[in-house]
Amino acid sequence: MRMKKLLNDPNDVRVELFEGFMGAYAKKFNLRRVEDYTVAVRNDIPQGRVAVLTGGGSGHEPLFPCALGPGMADAAVCGDIFASPSPELIVAGAKAVDRGKGVFIIHGNYAGDNMNFDMAVESLAEEGIQTRVLRVWDDIASAPLERYTERRGMTADVFLLKTAGALAERGASLDEMMTVMDRARHNCRTLGVAMTSATVPQTGKKTFEIADDEMEIGIGMHGEPGVGREKLGTADRTCRKMIDRIVADLPFRAGDEVAMIVNSLGSTTLMELYIMTRQAIRVLNEKNIKVYDTHVGPFATCQEMAGCMITLMKLDDELKALYDAPCYTPDFWFVPKG
Amino acid sequence: MENRTALNSAAFCKMMQAVCRRVQEKKDWLSELDAACGDGDHGVSMGRGFTAIEGQLAGWNGLAPGILFKKVGMSLVSTVGGATGPLLGTVFMEAGKAAGDQAEITATALAAMFAAGLDGMVKRGGAKCGDKTMVDALTPAVEAMKQAADEGASPLVALCRAVDAARAGAESTTNMVSKQGKSRYLGERSLGHPDAGAYSIVTILEALAEAAG
Repeated sequence: MRMKKLLNDPNDVRVELFEGFMGAYAKKFNLRRVEDYTVAVRNDIPQGRVAVLTGGGSGHEPLFPCALGPGMADAAVCGDIFASPSPELIVAGAKAVDRGKGVFIIHGNYAGDNMNFDMAVESLAEEGIQTRVLRVWDDIASAPLERYTERRGMTADVFLLKTAGALAERGASLDEMMTVMDRARHNCRTLGVAMTSATVPQTGKKTFEIADDEMEIGIGMHGEPGVGREKLGTADRTCRKMIDRIVADLPFRAGDEVAMIVNSLGSTTLMELYIMTRQAIRVLNEKNIKVYDTHVGPFATCQEMAGCMITLMKLDDELKALYDAPCYTPDFWFVPKG
Repeated sequence: MENRTALNSAAFCKMMQAVCRRVQEKKDWLSELDAACGDGDHGVSMGRGFTAIEGQLAGWNGLAPGILFKKVGMSLVSTVGGATGPLLGTVFMEAGKAAGDQAEITATALAAMFAAGLDGMVKRGGAKCGDKTMVDALTPAVEAMKQAADEGASPLVALCRAVDAARAGAESTTNMVSKQGKSRYLGERSLGHPDAGAYSIVTILEALAEAAG
C-alpha cells in the first residue's frame, strides 16, 4: 500500500506542521516562535519560577507542541520527523523560557535525544543556565526491569509534563522538582500493541512489514519493530495481557490508585480505544486497583500506525494533588475542577 | 591520479564536495538499510546534513583542513539531529581539532585526525566494537590508516585501505546483535541486517578516497 498523505514537499514537513500548529493555537495559548526555529514558547511565563521544557522528534503529534500552556510545558522543541532536535534548538528554547530559576527538561529516553539534550545542557551550563533533565523510560517492553534506564519513552510524557507543570507553578526549585518527578517517573508504566506500521513522510516507505493477521506487542514509537509478534487477538484478550504485564512491572498492587491513558498510536479509532478501555477498567477492578481518572485518544502517536498504548501512573496524595492542578493546553484535556 | 604525500585545503574541499554528492546518491539505500532495524530515516538525516554542508562549502573555500572539518562537524550537529548528528558531527569536530591549523595533511596526520574523531564518537555515544554501530566501521578504518601511515604510504593509499577496512567492518555488523540506538530493541531480530550508520561511514570514506586522488 503506497503512502497517501496530505503533504507538500516531504522535506518541509517539520516546518509546515509547526507553522500550522502556531497558526491554530499561538493566539489562544499566547505562544511565540523562537527566531526561525521550530521551537514554540509561552509568552506569559511568570518571573522567578522554574521553566518546563520538552521536545523530541516530530511525527508524534500532539506530542510535543500540544503540551504548551499554563500548568504544563513552557517550551516545546520540535526536531525533524522521528529525529531528536539538535542542541542549538534546545538551547534557544531554554534561553527563551528561563526566568532565573533554571529549566526542567523532560524528554524521551532515546540515544539521539539523550545526546542532543546532553550537548544542549552542556552549552547551557557554560552560559550559567541551570537545568535538570528527566529522561522518560516508561515502556516496559523495551528492556527488562533491571535495565530500566534502557527503556524507551512513550505516553508517560503526558503525565510527567502535567506533574512538572504543576510543580513549577507551585514554585518548586529544580532540586525539589527532581525528587518528585523521579518518583512520578518511577510510577509510570506503559505497554503498546500495533497492528500496522507507520510510513516515514520523507521516504514514503513503511518502517516495517507486518502480516494481515498479526499484531506486534512492545511496539516502538517510531515504527521500529517491537520485541514480539503474534497472531491478532481480540481486544479483551489483548488488553488483559497488556494490563497484566503493566501491573506486574511496577508492580501495581491491590489498593493502589492510578491514572490511565488509553492512547491511539495514530490511526486506531476511538471506537477501538473505548473497547480496550472497557476491558482495562474491568481488569484493573478485578485486581482491586482503583482508576482515578482516564484519558482516551491520540496523545502520543506514530504517524498512521494502528495500535494502542496503555499507560498507568500510580498516584499518591502528592502526585494526585499535582494531577488535579488546573492546566490549559491545545490538546490535553485537563481542566480546572469545579 | 596523483599520489601526493600530503593533502591541502583545496584537496579537502574537493573531498567534502565528493562526500556531499555521494551521500545524496546513497541516501535512499541508507534509509532502506535503516528500516530493517530502525525507523528508516537514516538516509534522510544524512541527506539533510550533507545538503546543508554542500550549501556552505563555497564559503569555506581556502580554510585549513582542520578548520573545514570543524565547520562540517558543527553543521552536522546543528542540522542532522537524531543520534547521527551528535555522533558524526563529533567525529568531524574532533578530527578537525586534532589537525589544528596544519595546511598540509600527511597520512600520519590524517590517521591522527580520524583517531581523535573515533575517540570523540565513542565518548559521546558510549558504543563499543561489536555493538553494531558506526564504531564497527570507523575503528578498523582508523587502524588501517595508522598502519598505512606507519608504512610510509600516502594519504590516498591510507584512505583506500581505510575504505576496505570500513567495508569489512560494516559487513560484519550484519551478524551482530544491536546494543545501541533504536535497533537495540529488536534484540535477536537485528541479526541478518547490517547497520546503516556503519555504511554511512563507508560512504564517507569512499568519497574522500576517490576525491583525494
